[in-house]
Amino acid sequence: MTNPLTDVKNADVIFVTGSNTTEAHPVLGSYVRQAKEKGKKLIVADPIKIPLAEIADVFLQIKPGTSLALSHGMLHIIFAEGLDDKAYIEQNTQGVEELKELVKKYTPEYTAEICGVEKADIIKAARMYAGASVSSILYCMGITQQVNGVNNVYGLSNLALASGNLGKPGSGVNPLRGQNNVQGACDMGALPDVFTAYRKVTDHNARKSFEDAWGVKLSGETGLTATEAIPAALEDKIKMFHIIGENPAVSDADSNHVKKALKKAFVVVQDIFLTETAEFADVVLPAACFAEKDGTFTNSERRVQRVRQAVAAKGQTDWQIIMQLMNLLGYKCHYDQAEDIFTEMRALTPSYAGITYGRIEENNGLCWPCPNEDHPGTPILHIEKPLKGKAEFKAVEWQPAQESLKTEYPVLLTTNRIQHHYHTRTMTAKTKAIDEYYPDCYVQINPADAATWNIANGEFVEIVSARGTVKVKAQIADSIKKGTASMPFHWPDGANVLTCAAELDPISKVPGLKLVGVSLRKI
Amino acid sequence: MINIYINGQQRSILPGKTILEACKESGIHIPTFCYDERLKPEGSCRICVVELEDSHKLLPACTTEIAPEMRIATHSPLVMRMRKHLLEIMLSNHDISCLKCERAGNCLLQDYAYEYDVDIEKYRGRTRESAYLAENKFFELDQSKCISCGKCARICSQLQGNNVWAISNRGFETEVSTPFGIDMEEAGCVHCGNCVSICPVGALKPKKEHKFRAWEINEIQTTCSYCGVGCQMYLQVKDDKVVGVKPAYGKSNEGLLCVKGKFAFDFINHPQRLTTPLLRLADGELHSVSWEEALQLIADKTQEIKNTYGADAIMGLSSARVTNEENYLFMKYMRAVIGTNNLDHCARL
Ligand code: SF4
Ligand code: SF4
Ligand code: FES
Repeated sequence: MTNPLTDVKNADVIFVTGSNTTEAHPVLGSYVRQAKEKGKKLIVADPIKIPLAEIADVFLQIKPGTSLALSHGMLHIIFAEGLDDKAYIEQNTQGVEELKELVKKYTPEYTAEICGVEKADIIKAARMYAGASVSSILYCMGITQQVNGVNNVYGLSNLALASGNLGKPGSGVNPLRGQNNVQGACDMGALPDVFTAYRKVTDHNARKSFEDAWGVKLSGETGLTATEAIPAALEDKIKMFHIIGENPAVSDADSNHVKKALKKAFVVVQDIFLTETAEFADVVLPAACFAEKDGTFTNSERRVQRVRQAVAAKGQTDWQIIMQLMNLLGYKCHYDQAEDIFTEMRALTPSYAGITYGRIEENNGLCWPCPNEDHPGTPILHIEKPLKGKAEFKAVEWQPAQESLKTEYPVLLTTNRIQHHYHTRTMTAKTKAIDEYYPDCYVQINPADAATWNIANGEFVEIVSARGTVKVKAQIADSIKKGTASMPFHWPDGANVLTCAAELDPISKVPGLKLVGVSLRKI
Repeated sequence: MINIYINGQQRSILPGKTILEACKESGIHIPTFCYDERLKPEGSCRICVVELEDSHKLLPACTTEIAPEMRIATHSPLVMRMRKHLLEIMLSNHDISCLKCERAGNCLLQDYAYEYDVDIEKYRGRTRESAYLAENKFFELDQSKCISCGKCARICSQLQGNNVWAISNRGFETEVSTPFGIDMEEAGCVHCGNCVSICPVGALKPKKEHKFRAWEINEIQTTCSYCGVGCQMYLQVKDDKVVGVKPAYGKSNEGLLCVKGKFAFDFINHPQRLTTPLLRLADGELHSVSWEEALQLIADKTQEIKNTYGADAIMGLSSARVTNEENYLFMKYMRAVIGTNNLDHCARL
């Protein structure tokens, strides 16, 4: 995120899209409610009528997969009505002419048709967003887990750039990071193309500094993403998976295909429970959970915070396990404690260089970039002007996803999260009360569709996609748009049996988990 | 800055502050029930009264702004008598079963009753009773212990934004309930437990799996391991088990938690936790083995695959759930020891 989480309270207008904030990031959802309570304005664009939509000033119930078109439609109004921040555009951006040309055809009528919303609401949202002195955008997986996810993000940054809503309190384009340490895992270079601090493996200088520090030669070839590794295993190119604390057998798109790949390869799993993925493992190592170890997590606002051991470990910490494997494979090394690893890491990581355990303690967390030990950290990025010179407007045409065009699968299924459960329920379902409130998977459908399909609330339905079939209970809900359906992704043999892993966003390699063509019938 | 005198001591304080804030800054403790720095002050419980030395007026410290040359007495005989009196009234209908109360040892009413040496029997009347029971699977409300401070209702409406609680029937009959006494979920409760965490007494309390007394536990501050908000929390530990969670004031959570942070900790000590390494043997089943054996086998197999098919035949999946230190070390392992950039984690999910 460019801005701190509490900073949404400084915005005059908050635009929430593709994020069911009160369910997936509950405390942040409360900040949005607090802002609304104080008279700030709220725009929500989502295929589902989420709880925040109930209190929104404008709610756009867009068809899944049409976010980019909505951004273009809003920009059309912003340029046409002169609501753009011309001074900001002039000073800080490039490529505005091309974008203006592109959005010409995204008239309110044309956009309303694509998105399935009222044109008056698009106009209202555009005026509200660009008309305020500070507006903030919050977005999440509904934007990124699409085959055109990167383009959706471009659409939102175009909005922020055109209205000068970057680099000041209460503004920003803020991607909410789903998991507790997804930000940290990326910062640490747990990605196929970068070392820590996003230094490219293909960059000779970056490689050189890691080679010098680690005393080995390193590969300069970008590796495979998780989504690419699964098909590679099916083609016998990947022979072994070493998996830490993940449950791809449930969480990844097209579970059947993932399970086949796991069956084929040699699989090592480090986890705290025997997950659905561990069931496919050849070796399983019991790991310590967060309450049993020291270390740091980096939250969505780039704040590095401490994790502290409270009870004795049941297994071994993941770092102890890895350290032993390093030694067994002939790479001699030793760390007494997690802090030693942090110290080694920050010497190689410019954005974390000034962060120490002591300083985290003193400051109640520190936001990177923090280049040296006198630096106070950076809660707001891009202050005054975009970080790397001029920011570029991206003019990309909206296109419908292939999944939405299949006549044999006419219903657009999207996936969602519920507040009580976390991901694949491995941890949350162990709390009895949670399991009792939310024991089973279900699919939510629109009342009118339910009547047409002759489905009563609570009846079992069969949902079929090109990947597989699932049987779940139907819940009839006003919050669902006609022609769409929504299913929580937490359960095995649920949503991800249906999702497609073959079509990925060409840049981010994210599958379109939020848009699946299905057919649905009563059993 | 303006000049005031607290208990005869001169202080300069920023204008606009309340007497309570000025005292806090000066290191003087004043009892409060209905005050919380994050909430709009309501001034309803009056336990924070202080005396203006010039007029002998008693004023609530939490809602009264300081004025130039104000002379404040925080513990004068008049103040002490007033606080004692207020506590005795509060206790008149309170269910004083401290022996088995959930909050014994961690209760403001108990602490102040002791501090102000109250006479419990002074106004003793009928214990507060209510036919209305509010509960869900995570926590419950015991009206007989409620002191009507209203903080539960205010945190729910002002900070959490769900408006589940309402304070009804002003006066002696004051009661906390959902609107018209409907079910909590129907009233919009999402089980965040923020009302439970803010209740100063034993009225709102979690339904606990493991019982513990306030003095039996250690509290360790850490970061919630669920979503990307990164709330700060205290893990409450008894006999090497996490038995409860209490919110801490982190910069990203301002003392709030959600249902997962507050209540979803049973997994830590769950019997299904893995404790020994498992190896799949010829029978196709997983069997317990020693750490040495498991680690050696992984090392051998990794080496063998690397030798036969090359390092790029190995894929590492790190985790957005584990620490930075562990992600860094696994990254180093994949790149420096195995020799491949085939490394990713669940960022895309
Ligand atoms: S339940 Fe607790 S927080 Fe709520 S009014 Fe009663 S004493 Fe105060
Ligand atoms: S308590 Fe809830 S909102 Fe806070 S980090 Fe944990 S899961 Fe997220
Ligand atoms: S704390 Fe001041 S009136 Fe309650």
